[in-house]
Amino acid sequence: MSTRFWTGSRRDTLAGYLFIAPQLLGSLLFVFVPLGLVFWYSLHEWNVLADTFTFVGGENYQALADDPKLADALVATGFFSAGLVVLNLSLALLLAVLLNQRLRGTVFFRTVFFSPVVVSLVAWTIVWNFLLQDNGGINGLLETVGVDGPNWLRGEGTAMIAVIVVQVVKNVGLNMVLFLAALQGVPANLYEAATVDGASRRRQFLSITVPMISPTILLTSIITVVGSLQVFAQIAVLTQGGPGTSTTVLVYYLYQQAFQFHHFGYGATLSVLLFVIVLLLTLVQWRMRRKWVFHES
Amino acid sequence: MKIRALLAAATAGVLSLGLAACGGEEEPSTGPVSLRMTVWSSNEAHLKLFNEIADAYKAKNPRVTEIKFDPIPFESYTTTLTTQIAGGNGPDLAWLLENSAPDFVNSGALVPLDDTLGKAEGYNAADLSTSATKLWKADGKLFAYPFSTSPFGVFVNTDMVKAAGQQTPAELIAANQWTWEKAVAVAAASSAKSGKSGLVVRDFDYKGWDNLSTVWAGWGAEAWTADGKGCGFDQQPMVDAMTFLHKAIFTDKALPGPGTTADFFAGEAAMTITQISRASLLKEAKFGWDLVPLPTGPKGEYSVIGQAGLGALKKGKNADVAADFLAFFTNPGNSAKLAAYFPPPRTSLLTAETLAKTNPLLKPEQLQQVVIDGISTGIVKPSHTGQAEIAQAVRAALDPLWKPDADVKTVLGGVCSAINPLLAK
Repeated sequence: MSTRFWTGSRRDTLAGYLFIAPQLLGSLLFVFVPLGLVFWYSLHEWNVLADTFTFVGGENYQALADDPKLADALVATGFFSAGLVVLNLSLALLLAVLLNQRLRGTVFFRTVFFSPVVVSLVAWTIVWNFLLQDNGGINGLLETVGVDGPNWLRGEGTAMIAVIVVQVVKNVGLNMVLFLAALQGVPANLYEAATVDGASRRRQFLSITVPMISPTILLTSIITVVGSLQVFAQIAVLTQGGPGTSTTVLVYYLYQQAFQFHHFGYGATLSVLLFVIVLLLTLVQWRMRRKWVFHES
Repeated sequence: MKIRALLAAATAGVLSLGLAACGGEEEPSTGPVSLRMTVWSSNEAHLKLFNEIADAYKAKNPRVTEIKFDPIPFESYTTTLTTQIAGGNGPDLAWLLENSAPDFVNSGALVPLDDTLGKAEGYNAADLSTSATKLWKADGKLFAYPFSTSPFGVFVNTDMVKAAGQQTPAELIAANQWTWEKAVAVAAASSAKSGKSGLVVRDFDYKGWDNLSTVWAGWGAEAWTADGKGCGFDQQPMVDAMTFLHKAIFTDKALPGPGTTADFFAGEAAMTITQISRASLLKEAKFGWDLVPLPTGPKGEYSVIGQAGLGALKKGKNADVAADFLAFFTNPGNSAKLAAYFPPPRTSLLTAETLAKTNPLLKPEQLQQVVIDGISTGIVKPSHTGQAEIAQAVRAALDPLWKPDADVKTVLGGVCSAINPLLAK
């Protein structure tokens, strides 16, 4: 009986499932189950210390709508994401175009710009924390050229800029490499033809390079936007959400509510909000690909 | 058929995983017991002493097979502890910081200790100083043992002060002139001369504002009233204290400004306000140093104490054994040993002679002035139910104060607007 049951195709199917089983089980246990639990927790008032877990229905969502501090957190998040995405993508593209030339030393510079990507995030941020102090390295450097630098991490305006720049310098190399790969995939004959037609370098860049690498632009923008919404370690190390609440982004606010103030139910509600925001943004970007991704294999 | 058996086995496996994850609420067992205690010290000497006490306990109680001391970094201690508890992985015993004391004591998370301590042989619970246990009591019951009651004092780099041609704090004390005005003047002069920092309020760093209570208490100011309902930041004593502090930072340059880090123990500052337990950091100091009480403020002499408690968690599987071990850990004999590092709450141990034996770096008069007098008159640093949320609100609202042109009174009014709703909760 068993010999008839185990036909070749059934064996293959089983083997296939077994191959993906570790990944599937991992996703189930560590992604989907926690996701469901977070939603479940968001419907409860959970006091860890008193060990109470009470169903409150939509109360946490009502609190979310009434929370005066949430607007500040969303503004800070928006500011961080916008700054990061614009700065990161434009810088990455610029670097990629520059380092795509056949010049001496490009390999060296590629390595230089990529190396921060492999440095531990927390170590990187701690070092920058020292550099950005009022009496730190950055201001010391500025002093040598006669500039009295601001107190970067303590100023309402400069703190967020500092966090953005630290993050951009850390991760711009990754996007740069993705752009480099895309640039090298653009057939050279397109440029040759355009040159023959008398197109300027600028025209070539806008009409050939950008459309040809648009799938990569989409990919990097999704990765960067989603990553920017999840910024945490940098804030925790550099500013702890301050000065005032100027760098209290959504994830940091969530952390404060859940792990510092012990409002686990409300923290879960905030993470549901974060999930929805990330989902919506990704969907919007994905749909927009029809409009601005001209070339997709 | 085989595939069905496979599926059944897989299902059973997943279910048992789930069950294992839920298995927090077991009946107290009679089998071997292992206890875990979270601490924020990873100092080898501390852990060695704890393990010795634990070994003695295990020898007397063969059922207890393991007592593990689990160090968690100080900066994230309370957060990590509550996260462990939330994850069903809480310890059996835990050190508790004073700023989380009201939350833990009032929540019912801890085992009431009076019965266990009362029954323990030779424990003499009456020996515990009432001022030390006050913070750890609710409804007349003791929920945690204040194993460390450590007063704040001023450590002085006497080399730096002398180099600036200033009288040392010890000389000022002898002349009855050790006031905040003088302290700031000495700090400013030392800083100007050395190019290093003057006076550092340790662990403040323009974030840990509760450490400023070591300053403002000299003006009779308080963060909130004793009942926890009224905001003290906009009251006159606080306005005066903060005006003084603001001037000391931005005009006199006696304290390092925001964003400047300076470690006294590395020789980067002339003075620092911190707890005496930090004296151990001076073992290999390359400069002359002294420890003196806090300067007098407009309200005269005062002292501030920082506390740490030890509690047994109710949720632990062996809460009764944990409480019993707590009683053993803090009995008179072990308290005397622990006094080497942590000023004890037992009045019988609070003598300069006892403390001198275990604090070789400190002179008897330093111990008498700073430790013993400090503990008997000390005000505990501010604490409140929901402290973390209040602390965060105060920090954010105080940020505008740390600028040269700040309007102190307006900023402090803003602090009260920010925390009044939280205090009323």
